[in-house]
Amino acid sequence: MIRLTRLNKSYPMASSKLHVLKGIDLSIAPGELVAIMGASGSGKSTLLNVLGLLDGYDDGDYHLDGQRIGQMSETKAAGLRASLLGFVFQSFNLIPFKTAVENVALPLYYQEVPRRKRNKLAEEYLDRVGLADRAGHLPRELSGGQQQRVAIARALISNPKVILADEPTGALDSQTSLEVMEVLREINATGVTLLIVTHEREVAARTRRVIRLRDGRIEGDGPPETVFGTASPAPAAFAHVVASTSDSAPAAVLAT
Amino acid sequence: MIEIDTWQEIFDTVRKNKLRTFLTGFSVAWGILMLIVLLGSGQGLSKGVEYGFRDDATNSIWIRSGQTSVPWKGLRPGRTVQFTNEDYDTIREGVKGVEHITSRFFIRGTLTVAWHGETSSFDVRAVHPDHQHLEKSIVTEGRFLNPTDVDEHRKVAVIGERVKAQLFRAAPALGEYLEIKGVPFQVVGVFTDVGGEGEQEKIYIPISTAQRTYGGANKVAMIMMTVGDASVDESQAIATDLRLRVAERHDFDPDDKRAVFISNAVVEFQRFVDLMGGIRAFVWVIGIGTLLAGVVGVSNIMMIAVKERTKEIGIRKAVGATPLSVMSLILKEAILVTGVAGYVGLVAGVALLELMSRSLGESEMFRNPEVDFGVAVSATLLLVVAGGVAGFFPARKAAAIRPVEALRDE
Repeated sequence: MIRLTRLNKSYPMASSKLHVLKGIDLSIAPGELVAIMGASGSGKSTLLNVLGLLDGYDDGDYHLDGQRIGQMSETKAAGLRASLLGFVFQSFNLIPFKTAVENVALPLYYQEVPRRKRNKLAEEYLDRVGLADRAGHLPRELSGGQQQRVAIARALISNPKVILADEPTGALDSQTSLEVMEVLREINATGVTLLIVTHEREVAARTRRVIRLRDGRIEGDGPPETVFGTASPAPAAFAHVVASTSDSAPAAVLAT
Repeated sequence: MIEIDTWQEIFDTVRKNKLRTFLTGFSVAWGILMLIVLLGSGQGLSKGVEYGFRDDATNSIWIRSGQTSVPWKGLRPGRTVQFTNEDYDTIREGVKGVEHITSRFFIRGTLTVAWHGETSSFDVRAVHPDHQHLEKSIVTEGRFLNPTDVDEHRKVAVIGERVKAQLFRAAPALGEYLEIKGVPFQVVGVFTDVGGEGEQEKIYIPISTAQRTYGGANKVAMIMMTVGDASVDESQAIATDLRLRVAERHDFDPDDKRAVFISNAVVEFQRFVDLMGGIRAFVWVIGIGTLLAGVVGVSNIMMIAVKERTKEIGIRKAVGATPLSVMSLILKEAILVTGVAGYVGLVAGVALLELMSRSLGESEMFRNPEVDFGVAVSATLLLVVAGGVAGFFPARKAAAIRPVEALRDE
């Protein structure tokens, strides 16, 4: 699904260049659930932006869904983003003056789906993340977890092949973080490739593959247990919550 | 369907950002209001001037006599030039381009006019029948003076409507005799004049009768004529011809500006027409300038709005908005806001003009300020263009927003 070959990316600074990604080689198969970890400044967000076609790269190769992504016009990038990718951000990035359902429907507006149809779809997706009863609320009337679930529904509505999540739980408390992770795992279970940038071990532990970045290079790549060592990544308290959420209907449990 | 959606999207944005929209719209509404008020006032001014000309023919040339100021062919300066009936005949027969011609004779002393014990004093003008065309007198009863009246020295008078009202009240005036300075004249006609009440307090009598009755011999005070639809140049040629002929007859230097005074209404009228054209152009320049300031204001506010909406635009782009769609979103919003606000300004401007024209009433210099349909249409067109211009730069800026920078969390 995603293949990076010796990818380099640097930002021009006042006098020199800041080399952020130093020859990244990476391959992600369809349906994988991957966490990208690293300290701040390790290049993980830059990597996500390049993967999400929000930013270009200097040299190397990037293949997304079999297509080579080279230098392309904004318009073409927008088209690819709309058809292949969904985004989830740390600060949710909902449009503040639009209701939950309007926010979810926005990607379909740009795909020229008629209003009635896209609003109906948006309500369905809100229902999937357990927020059917919040459709008419503005983002500021929702809790952080709810806002993030609206953002997830928005990322899902265009039926993307890959969802890129940049610190999706960064602004949430640990309880809500786990709930959001649970929603993301369920989405992944339907076959959507999911990349999560995070610095939280608990979050990374809930994925199947962890890629550690350090100074623009891949330092470690493998299942969470291998990357983190043998120690159990999740404390007992989390294990309890996770156990209780995983076998309940998400709509009921997540509507906190 | 998609079109409606786009506008729906814009309406949503506008509705949810009321203050911003109001500020944006206000500057345009103000600009248009000023433009309309200025244009209307310009119109009012030019109508006022036109009104000033309504009384007399705008194609007339008047000639009055004066005193010579330079020596000529051994004659001393300071001689009084006195026009006579012969001057009238010479001009009428000799000067080409004269359409209607009349001379006037001034009667000396106070002019008491009496009828059945009612006595008043009015201005009596002794003229030729053509005077009707020069003053634009409108006969409402009977007739105006005719050539036979002049030839036969008839004692007849044509009176203004206010003369009739003051002397005769409700009684019929036609055929009655009124005494002017003790001499009876028969009323043969009543006239009105658009020049106002003063012009309706006149009495016209044949010049020949006045010369004989009031001791004027063949003296004439002034000669007035119209020149048809002569151009400015043609009218000036006629005036020069007039001066040369009179100078020859009365032996004075044709260049002596004090011997005779010639006023050429064609030239004066043209001067006013030019002035009005100038005022109109000036008003447009000022109005467009005001509007331009409004447009720059809109552009500025939209620029800030785009800055404010950087994140929103970044989100839109992340979920698949193309640069073109972002640009059209901002551009259409600008056009919508300027269009609606401008229309409000247009209506308010027209209303203000209406109010002005009502409260000012019948002023001499400023009448019926209003804008015509053509002006309103061009102002509206101007608005749409202005909206486009106002929106273009912010829209381009918005389209260039990079989502990765817009969505940065700092």
